[in-house]
Amino acid sequence: MGEFKVHRVRFFDYMPSAIRTMAFNSQTERLAVARADGAVEIFNFNDNFFQEKVIPGQDGRAIEALCWVGHRLFSAGLNGEITEYDLENLRPQYTVDAYGGPIWTISSNSQGTQLAVGCEDGTVKIFAILEERIQFQRNLNRHKGRIISLCWHPSSAQIAAGMTDMITIYDAETGQATRRLLVDRAMGASKNKEVVVWSVGYLSDHTIISGDSAGKVQIWNGLTGTLVRTYLVTKWDVLSLIINASQDESSVIAGTSEGTVIQFQFISSTLDQHDKEWVRTRTFRNHSHDVSALAHTDTAVVSGGMDTQLVVRPLLDKVEKNTQESALRKIAFPHRSLVGCAKKAGLLLFQFPDRLELWKLGENFHYVHTGKPGDRLPVKRKPEKLIELKRKGEDHICCSALSACGGWLAYSTVSSVRLYRIQYNKTISINKVPKLPKELRSVHQLCFSSDSSKLFASSCQSSVIVVAVSQQECRYLHTLKHKTGEWKARMHLLCASDDGKWLATANTDCEIHIYNLHKMKLHCMVPVYNSCPTTIAIHPVTNNLISVHADQQIFEFSLVQKEYTQWSRRLQTQGLLSLWLERDTPITHITFNPKNPDHIILHDTYMFCIIDQSLPFPELNAVLWNQMTLKNLPVSQRIGQSHAFKICKIFQHLMCVSLLEDLSLVVVERPLLDIMSQLPAPVRQKKFAT
Amino acid sequence: MVEHGDIRVVHCGGSKLNFRDPVITHDSRFLLCASGEAVKVFSTSTEECIHELRGHTGLVTGVLLRPSNHLQVYSSSLDGTVRLWDFTDGILIKTCVIGYPIYSFYASAKHENVIFIVTSMPSEKRAERFQLVAVHLPQSGDQLVEARELSAVLSGVNPNPAAIAFGRGVRIRRHKDNKKGGWNTFTCVACHPKDDCIATGHEDGKIRLWRNFNHKKEYTYSTLHWHHSAVSSLCFTPEGTNLLSGGVESVLIQWRYKQESERDFLPRLGAAITHITVSPDGSLFCTSHSDNKITIIQSCVKVSAVIQGLVKGDSIRTDLMMDPRSKALVLNGKPGHLQFYSLQRDKLLYNLDIVQQEYIHESGLQQFEVVKAAFDASGLWLATVEERHQKAAELELNLKLWAFDEQTQSFVLNTTISAPHDAQITAMSFRQTADSQTTLLVSTSKDGHFKAWQLAAPAHTEDEGPSWLCDFVGAYHGLVPECCSFSADGSLLAVAFQEVVTVWSPATWELLTTLSQPPGAVSDLCFGRLSCSKYLLGTTASNLLCCWNLLTCSLEWSTSMDVRRLLVDPLSENMAAFCYQSGSTDLFVFKPSEPRPLFSRKAVCSGKVTQAVFAPREEMLESCEESSQWLNRSQLYFLTQQMVNNISSSTCFLFSPLKLVIDDSVAMTPFYLLLGKHRQQQQEHRDSDSSLWAERTALPQTSASIKELLQTPAHVLPSTSYLCSMFVQSLLISVSDAREEKAHAEEEMESEKEEEDSEEEMESSRSKPELVAAATESDAPALTKAQARELRRVRKLDHSWLAGLLDS
Repeated sequence: MGEFKVHRVRFFDYMPSAIRTMAFNSQTERLAVARADGAVEIFNFNDNFFQEKVIPGQDGRAIEALCWVGHRLFSAGLNGEITEYDLENLRPQYTVDAYGGPIWTISSNSQGTQLAVGCEDGTVKIFAILEERIQFQRNLNRHKGRIISLCWHPSSAQIAAGMTDMITIYDAETGQATRRLLVDRAMGASKNKEVVVWSVGYLSDHTIISGDSAGKVQIWNGLTGTLVRTYLVTKWDVLSLIINASQDESSVIAGTSEGTVIQFQFISSTLDQHDKEWVRTRTFRNHSHDVSALAHTDTAVVSGGMDTQLVVRPLLDKVEKNTQESALRKIAFPHRSLVGCAKKAGLLLFQFPDRLELWKLGENFHYVHTGKPGDRLPVKRKPEKLIELKRKGEDHICCSALSACGGWLAYSTVSSVRLYRIQYNKTISINKVPKLPKELRSVHQLCFSSDSSKLFASSCQSSVIVVAVSQQECRYLHTLKHKTGEWKARMHLLCASDDGKWLATANTDCEIHIYNLHKMKLHCMVPVYNSCPTTIAIHPVTNNLISVHADQQIFEFSLVQKEYTQWSRRLQTQGLLSLWLERDTPITHITFNPKNPDHIILHDTYMFCIIDQSLPFPELNAVLWNQMTLKNLPVSQRIGQSHAFKICKIFQHLMCVSLLEDLSLVVVERPLLDIMSQLPAPVRQKKFAT
Repeated sequence: MVEHGDIRVVHCGGSKLNFRDPVITHDSRFLLCASGEAVKVFSTSTEECIHELRGHTGLVTGVLLRPSNHLQVYSSSLDGTVRLWDFTDGILIKTCVIGYPIYSFYASAKHENVIFIVTSMPSEKRAERFQLVAVHLPQSGDQLVEARELSAVLSGVNPNPAAIAFGRGVRIRRHKDNKKGGWNTFTCVACHPKDDCIATGHEDGKIRLWRNFNHKKEYTYSTLHWHHSAVSSLCFTPEGTNLLSGGVESVLIQWRYKQESERDFLPRLGAAITHITVSPDGSLFCTSHSDNKITIIQSCVKVSAVIQGLVKGDSIRTDLMMDPRSKALVLNGKPGHLQFYSLQRDKLLYNLDIVQQEYIHESGLQQFEVVKAAFDASGLWLATVEERHQKAAELELNLKLWAFDEQTQSFVLNTTISAPHDAQITAMSFRQTADSQTTLLVSTSKDGHFKAWQLAAPAHTEDEGPSWLCDFVGAYHGLVPECCSFSADGSLLAVAFQEVVTVWSPATWELLTTLSQPPGAVSDLCFGRLSCSKYLLGTTASNLLCCWNLLTCSLEWSTSMDVRRLLVDPLSENMAAFCYQSGSTDLFVFKPSEPRPLFSRKAVCSGKVTQAVFAPREEMLESCEESSQWLNRSQLYFLTQQMVNNISSSTCFLFSPLKLVIDDSVAMTPFYLLLGKHRQQQQEHRDSDSSLWAERTALPQTSASIKELLQTPAHVLPSTSYLCSMFVQSLLISVSDAREEKAHAEEEMESEKEEEDSEEEMESSRSKPELVAAATESDAPALTKAQARELRRVRKLDHSWLAGLLDS
């Protein structure tokens, strides 16, 4: 595997934001997740739960509810506005003020023609969904008290609205309230506290299921307005409740403040009879804090909440046992790199939603150290934070880049791009480059060339803008486009080769394009693979493009020959080990070893791996993680046992692994425990034997 | 070698009541449970054992009400038979021979005349596997039938009966398959009587309710969690409204079906719950507990009856003892308690709380345990030692002395001595003197000392009674004392310090002499009694049985045998030795002075016997045969540890008294003779003689026998004409009494004659030079001529018979 001096970096205190709500689109298999800072993330459940898109948040935008209408995504929040998102350019398309105070909930009817929002002032407002926009239609009869939750009947004729202390059923045509279901308050001391119906569901057989702040899940008959069953599931709140509406409506899940998700199923008590009833069945305990967002796919329960993790819990009766599908999946980290590394200067750039931090790595004494692997080296100079750069405006930072020499720094928000020149003469000076070309307005990805002379920016029109940066000025050079006039998905990955000749781009349609920077035109296109690339890199020596995809496949493409290399073909014919394919976090970064061109270093959250292209691939029955066994073998036997994948799991929850020019390895860790310890305290629960 | 035609080992009781789940009859009046090789029928209201259904020759592994006739009951056994009984009258109706050991069995109302049994798979060499087999019971009027229609249902099942249950109409079985690691292992299963819902208990204390089970793959479950350790038993009430569960917490939990957040608790049931059953009308619950107890509970609120068997804890650390007063067997039972157990009635009399602390039901917790106990000769004083040994902390020891209170008829704590020694107490002994005024207790400990405790006069305050104080602390060269023993008259104390036996005078606390027989530390010491009181017997760790003569202070004889337990009969000079040899235990009964054993029996039982006791008979028997004379005054009881195949890893304890069966002793009551003759005809009565025996000795009056006669079911009795004459004869009691007296007289005469014989012998040998006994003890009793002669004779005798016996 080789020996490295490792910078073990733990000062990136990345803190994800709590999950507020989520919505699942069963047609496109996309899950939209809204976080407390206003960011919306789109996960593709067809492509190994890959986080395809991230719409950066904004100060003051607190999303309370999300709603898919076909391919369109709407959100509503406590700022009283309804927002539709531009999912291609990853920004809000327009916002409409509902004029009803803060909006608690949003729901569309099953035909996708109308949108109902529940407002603080007690009105349910119906909006018509038109092409390109929404239009206010009318108010339903106003009640005192806020509307907390809404659910349309599948026939779109009725709406159930959860309020404080009651559930109201509206006739969607007339706007009249047809029934009011009074919800019991909690027993005991909190008798005087009003109960909030946090969530309500309306089934096609007119059964209404509600979850409230008294910890009850109640099943009502919506036709007669009578209570059928009450399940007391928690001492605290039932925050969320969702029906598997895309299927036969036979399963309901409820998320509680205790972090549990409880499933209710509609099953018959005896086999030969058909009188079904709702029965509380499974309990999933995957969260430590509030479960405020739930989604019910056909095969899995998706939950998220205060503890910032997205948990996909497969229902074991719906999936094959012992497959990749049946494994529990926790998504805690973003599927993109938030760390920039200046390899020549030994600098690290950390990207936060509201600021950038530039750190200089520490140094050790330069004497020959004779120690065992794993020893700590004495530090001569501690790592230091050079710059903390607060963003301007209220939009959150969506991408950033640091040049290899460390002299240039760029970041972008939804609305603007900023470029800074950093000089290191005894004191550090940072200067904003004043006039940027007007083409650089809204970009998705930024990348500097290896000699720091050019800045590449993927722009909204599926094009790459090339800007020359120098001491004196910043000059627009060219716009790279692969085909004129054709609408293409945005680029989410950019990569320039070391010799400055090539630029590779990847977009969310899974296409990878190669541009020749000398000729400033499209060189070729890599054959399209059906899984989205999670990271790409161009080999500095051989100029081969390495791409890793969301389904964990690795390809190597020769830029000169415009074909897959022999190594890549061999890898595809032999196939990757299932252990490799079943990892549940994507590879987010690739670096190369300048001393040994055969080595490719890549990492995901739980491990980093050095692929040695000179060694044979592991047999299908071989042990993938064999570093420990190899260590114990004598040298003569190691050769026979070793294979191309050398995996290291010493460092956990990796944000970045990169190799500096002096061949020292930078490992940026963010232990999950540190994130957990910064969360607010969960609700008090009685633990056994405490 | 020795004729032992009619001495045999009889299981006399103490068998497990909690081995299998009990059955409550339809009218809730009786409770049936498997107990050793019998099925016991208890009354649910009075806790009394009404019948014992005897007939099986192996361990009974299951009791089931016959689904088609609720007055009959099936029982299965390891002897490969299923028997059908009428439990109200206690008679065997039918025996069905299956031919394979049955580990558990089930029946369902839907399957007429079919039972399902679990047997071991044939032709399986290594780990035993079990299969479920359906057996069609043949319909014939014969008493003994053989079932041939066997059909395998499922293989690889668990032999534990909790692992299989019947559902509504369909048969549902779950065998333990370790699906997801160790904690999810199934422990028990129960089926809802109406719905298709299966409840399973798990190792981690969870209960899962499975629904939709029969649809392929679409099953779903909900989890109930209250238990912190494994759920050991689950049971639905007959209407299916409640689910009962129990575990080591000894709390019975009643879950409302479909409203599982509501549950009722019945705590403090005393010991871990092993089985739960509900009466068919749902009014009575019944829980079996790990301390061999069955509790009957009325509608989950009130414990209405407790049927308590002999409690067997993890190990019997106190030896078996006889309470001199109540003649009850005493041993440690429930944690922190001494139990008093009546051997005659096979019933627990009472528990004496020694530790007087709340017992915490948690596995792995170190608690106080009673480790030693001793009675003095009159039964006035009881000494107990309790200890708690925690890993981190040091040993906690308490020596408690209890006085018998005549008014309350129980023991009252007199003195508590905390930390009487620095290390564990190895042995404890009262001075067995007849005059109980100056009682002395000696305790030996691993700290190298032995201490003598004496009842001291009350202190200045008047309200305090006399208490016990340390009188003397003795040691010998820093060696660790292992055991101690007082001589019968209390004049000598022998303490074994590893290889050295020291003899002390308790009066002056003077070291009189030391005896030694290396190698091997002395593990057991006994003084001889009566005519053999000059002998001190000891067993050593190097498998030697040594006999020292205290007059000559030399080794009289020694023989090489692996004696596990050496016992002395308090009423005679006999001693009994249990020797462990090649997987079974041999018994020798001998007099220290005689070269030949009175009685020897190879392989009394398999396994080791570590606990045994001589229990004095309530009245002495006269015996005709020489080999059984030693049983005249007392009975010998011993405790065996029988591994019950691998039905479960649990052990079954049986009390086995060695009992003499003498033919003409049957004539004591004519009724007994009557039954005795008929016993040959009626096979099922052959094994019940011991119970009858016990009853007879307890109630020798004829009125009792008449009562017995009247209570016996009519169909068991012979024809009335035959019975009538016997009955009238039985009213003429005086004849047999006179006979008994005569027998006594005869015996006395015989003993006199023996004495005369010995006198003659002595005179004839007077010419021989007399050997002066090298008596080093000053207070040793002066030797009579007869004794000296006896001594010489004994010394000349060859004691190699014992070795020869072992070789044979």
